Amino acid sequence: MRAFEAPFERVTNRNFPKGPEVLAPGHGACQGCGEALALRLVLKALGTEFIAVSATGCMEVCTSRFPNTSWQMPWIHVAFENAAAVASGVEAATRVLKRKGRGHDQRIPVVALAGDGGTADIGLQALSGALERFHENFVYVCLDNEAYMNTGFQRSSATPFRASTTTSPVGACSKGQHTWKKNMPAIAAAHGIPYVATASPAFHLDLMNKIRRAAAVEGPAYVHVFSPCPTGWLMKPELAVESARLAVSSRIFPLYEVLDGSYRINRPAPNPTPLADYFRAQGRYRHLTEDDVAFIARRVNSDYERLVDLAERRPVS
Amino acid sequence: MAGRLAMDVSVAVAEAVRLANADVIAAYPITPQTRIVERLAELVANGQLDADYIPVESEHSAMSSSIGAAAAGARTFTATSSQGLALMNEMVYVAPGLRVPIVMVVANRAISAPIALGNDHSDIMSVRDSGWLSFFAENGQEALDLTLAAFRIAEDPEVSLPVCLSLDGFILTHITEPVLMPDQTEVDRFLPPFKPSVQLDIKDPISMGLWAPPDVYAEARKAMALALFSAKKTVVKAFDEFNRIFGRRYRPVETYRQEDAETVIISMGSISETAMTAVDEMRDLGHKVGLVRLRLWRPFPEEELLAALAGAKNVAVVDRHLILGCGSGPVGLEVKSLVCNSGLRPNITNFFLGLGGRDVTRANFKYIRERAAGVRNQLRAEFVGVYE
Ligand SMILES: Cc1ncc(C[n+]2csc(CCOP(=O)(O)OP(=O)(O)O)c2C)c(N)n1
Ligand code: SF4
Ligand SMILES: [Mg+2]
Repeated sequence: MRAFEAPFERVTNRNFPKGPEVLAPGHGACQGCGEALALRLVLKALGTEFIAVSATGCMEVCTSRFPNTSWQMPWIHVAFENAAAVASGVEAATRVLKRKGRGHDQRIPVVALAGDGGTADIGLQALSGALERFHENFVYVCLDNEAYMNTGFQRSSATPFRASTTTSPVGACSKGQHTWKKNMPAIAAAHGIPYVATASPAFHLDLMNKIRRAAAVEGPAYVHVFSPCPTGWLMKPELAVESARLAVSSRIFPLYEVLDGSYRINRPAPNPTPLADYFRAQGRYRHLTEDDVAFIARRVNSDYERLVDLAERRPVS
Repeated sequence: MAGRLAMDVSVAVAEAVRLANADVIAAYPITPQTRIVERLAELVANGQLDADYIPVESEHSAMSSSIGAAAAGARTFTATSSQGLALMNEMVYVAPGLRVPIVMVVANRAISAPIALGNDHSDIMSVRDSGWLSFFAENGQEALDLTLAAFRIAEDPEVSLPVCLSLDGFILTHITEPVLMPDQTEVDRFLPPFKPSVQLDIKDPISMGLWAPPDVYAEARKAMALALFSAKKTVVKAFDEFNRIFGRRYRPVETYRQEDAETVIISMGSISETAMTAVDEMRDLGHKVGLVRLRLWRPFPEEELLAALAGAKNVAVVDRHLILGCGSGPVGLEVKSLVCNSGLRPNITNFFLGLGGRDVTRANFKYIRERAAGVRNQLRAEFVGVYE
């Protein structure tokens, strides 16, 4: 079965999942947290008939202080760098137990959830192993707030060029992060898995349908979700969704899918909004000069054009 | 394939995992453990064991996947050695904390540096305090039998903790030994199917691995400590049942000619067979010497050991791991701390032996007996068989 044909019920405004929140309220995320919003939408798309595996990070800590839990499906947290490996074991177990008549007679998606640090840095090896081993019912969701937020806003390899963090601070000899954001979706796609997508909480139906497709495909799927963090980005809490929208329209975080190796851009931005509009609300970019913005825009545009190129040469059909 | 067979000990362990009908095996190759997991991969590939073999990309992931699999209700096995155990260390500590009954065989090999392949106990001692039940096998039969017993003990709802079995690398893992291979019906009588009391289940969701604020962390750790101590009851019960079904008796602590011994040597693992031969030879010369072997290391079998040492004037403790910067080895420390408040007053000496694959000989044990009877107030353990 191709990822393109994976059967799932599309979420629309009409049949939007009703009933109580799957991520129970009462968790401790900051006001306006875009990562909690992204997680809420991911879980709403999935319902409760799956097994969740969380990596250590903001979303794990703020939802699971003993004796309380926000998770209404079976959930396990083991450590920071190994959500993919734990999920591999869970996935194998559910399949074997079904085969041996000791489990449930249904397909059980196993969904690993981790931050950008738990994915692109310390968890990359475990993730690569899991993607390469081609676990049948395996979904990996990276909630990317572009730094180690849980430990106080340190840089990760997914922190964008020139963003200021507590370990890539601006100073007399530094203009902030001096490396470009690691391209995690491309790394995931390089494993030849059936489904890779980027998503954003500003486009909630698109996000939820990508998660549903990811859970429906046979074989590993990777979804990279932009997750604005007002606290770490030094941004007003009411701007999380707006910043997520601007990230897409300015091309710095394009929404696209890779289905069985074919590309599709979901929100094309032929006439991008100025990057400066995206940067302006965020204190982590306060130090950027016009020249800096222009320099970054050149790279952002060339990355975007490469994506357009791929989508034209290898369209989803 | 039941009955009396000649078999590589590693293969015998793999056969025990097959007889246990394990569901998930997650492992990464490292010498001298490899033969065990290669054989398991073969058994799965040949359809002789209906399990998922996860060829993980590291030992850290081997233990992570094992934790996930066991939490989801699968009977789970892994094996490693030395650097592999060191790499999985973080996860070795998490498994007992989550109360997942994984069974792990450690083919003991020295820890780097210098990098070495030879056998000692420095790998397993690095996870001494992690909360696993820990056994040491003496020979091939015991390796096979204890692997079966490990599943039953780990999965007992009263225990629900991971169990680790140490086999001396090469000296056991790479040796062909005669073993009595149990048949499947006997094993099925001994080892019921794994029925976890809690597991990751879509029909009955639970959260595992919540974070503990200071008002509950200490309580959770205390509960683990008590559970590990009381697991000894289950160990003894499982050994009794094992004896009833298979006719082979195991105890947490074994003794050999120790009843009237003035000098008692304490050892673990395969060198105990050499030690027994040495004891016989020394007895022939009129020395009152005996051997006490720890089969169970965690929980530490306090009562059994004190009972075994009750008549001894001299206790010589053999250690195969250095606690660098400390005058005793781990077994030495343990014995001294146990004895010091017990009312017994033996002269305790401690010896480092067989590090990094150095041969352990009968002559070593004879030397140890002499020193144990001669040296008083030993401050630091003595290196035996090490060149100046
Ligand atoms: C092995 C290990 N190293 C470091 C840490 C400390 N730590 C916990 S969460 C975290 C950062 C998490 O960052 P990310 O994955 O991006 O998630 P976020 O909190 O940003 O959502 C770090 C460094 C840890 N728990 N374990
Ligand atoms: S620090 Fe950022 S990601 Fe973490 S809870 Fe607060 S807003 Fe959300
Ligand atoms: Mg982050």
